[in-house]
Amino acid sequence: MKRKFITFARILKTGMINFVRNAWLGIAAIAVMVVTLTIVLFSILTNATFNHTIDQIRDKIDISMYLSDEITAEQRDQMLAELKALPNVAAVTYLSKDQALERYKEQNANNPELLSAISQTDNPLPATVQIKPKDLNKISEIKDFLSNPEKEALQSEEPSYSGDRKEAIDKITHATNTLQRAGLVAVVVFAVISMLIIFNTIQMAIFNRRDEITIMRLLGASTSYIRGPFVVETIFYGVVSALISVLFIHAAFVAASSALEASSLGLLDIQYSSDYFYDHFWLLLGMQLVIGILIGAISSIVATKRYLKFKAPK
Amino acid sequence: MILLDRVTKTYGKVATPALDRVSLHVEPKEFVIVVGQSGAGKSTLLKLLTREERQTSGKIIVGGIDYDKLRDRDIPLLRRKIGVVFQDFKLLPNRTVFENVAFALEIVGMGNHEIKHTVPKVLDIVNLRGKEKRMPLELSGGERQRVAIARAIVRQPKILIADEPTGNLDPKHAWDVIKVLEKINHYGTTVLLTTHNQDIVNKLKRRVVTIEHGQIVSDKARAEYKI
Repeated sequence: MKRKFITFARILKTGMINFVRNAWLGIAAIAVMVVTLTIVLFSILTNATFNHTIDQIRDKIDISMYLSDEITAEQRDQMLAELKALPNVAAVTYLSKDQALERYKEQNANNPELLSAISQTDNPLPATVQIKPKDLNKISEIKDFLSNPEKEALQSEEPSYSGDRKEAIDKITHATNTLQRAGLVAVVVFAVISMLIIFNTIQMAIFNRRDEITIMRLLGASTSYIRGPFVVETIFYGVVSALISVLFIHAAFVAASSALEASSLGLLDIQYSSDYFYDHFWLLLGMQLVIGILIGAISSIVATKRYLKFKAPK
Repeated sequence: MILLDRVTKTYGKVATPALDRVSLHVEPKEFVIVVGQSGAGKSTLLKLLTREERQTSGKIIVGGIDYDKLRDRDIPLLRRKIGVVFQDFKLLPNRTVFENVAFALEIVGMGNHEIKHTVPKVLDIVNLRGKEKRMPLELSGGERQRVAIARAIVRQPKILIADEPTGNLDPKHAWDVIKVLEKINHYGTTVLLTTHNQDIVNKLKRRVVTIEHGQIVSDKARAEYKI
């Protein structure tokens, strides 16, 4: 147990020393790993932001049905009950004529002309039923229900669908999917490139120390004792790269918040991205560290494998 | 301690084997000299013992370990039980004498305190006290070889294999090295020495195994050797 601990400490120490000694050799590996990890982080942030935007828009989508003034209370209650019974309806809100007027006043509080036009006459607004659908793609079921002639007779005007919003959602969903795919491809490509470069770096380091490795082998050093320092070294690459990538994104947000007064850049809500980043800072940092360490460790384990094989029987 | 039973080693697809049905039995605490011309198969024999190479056929048992049943991951453990001295020393050039010897102990996980305690004792045995901080390149060939011996015996192996340790040394230094080997054998380590230095063989008066063309042609106790 004690020996294992001593050996572990020695491997760690040797690895750190090698990391410092090979700093120049390691820079290429670290640079490409930083790019990889920054892409990973960027993909996650944009993905989260897009999903947030979609949710926000989705939340605002509803169908408004306007009831005729002649409708009886019974007819109204039955209508509401039937609507609630539809499988794709998430919520039904009823606004009486007075409530509708109040809401209208609130919405147009800073438009006195519109307000004065309304107050002069009798309340022209119909009682409104707001229907929130569960699934935007199955909105036709509600549509069919409302366009039924029997129901149409009870309405003062055509129901309004927030159709343009659905289009926006479709666009964002499409963009998110494309971005996810592109992000994934970029991550995989850069992960492979950084692995190859780390591979090269480690092979060069092994080449420089091949005599030492041969001697260690002949003296009975175990595979892990020889390999350990290399793995520790590349794990350090991963750790350093993870820290730099997080620093990069942080710097980008700092620059964005001071350079751009407007917080929205097209579909990308920068304010939300930055909030998401700082809210999940430790989680994201941990994830970056894990990915960096994995890339480093795997590539050095593979790179050293060839040099540590024993002679096969012949 | 060492048992070889009809061991054959063929490199690649070469028709003539480097070792041809070699059988050898070495008792514990024995001092055995293996002689033979260059290319006779001496080095192959030693490489089989340290498991740098694997025999093509036959059986090798060293210190109770059957090499056929030895798994790759246990090879390091085997090598820790055997001390090896190489003709070209195989010292780490950028480490001091002390560090080179300590290296063998670090590998097996010995603590720094124990290492500081053990290494000077071994350097005493090989008469290198006071040169702990020298680098290998500052030493003479004989001194370097004694560092290598110190490294080989510091873990107190039951077997010490010395592959032409005097090959690169002048007679005086060669003899220093041989005296150290005798001392170690005296303490109870089995020593297997290969050489083609006639003087050394004749002065030592130990068991001599002669290899020619991959076969053992003579095996005599207290023998002398003529080329």
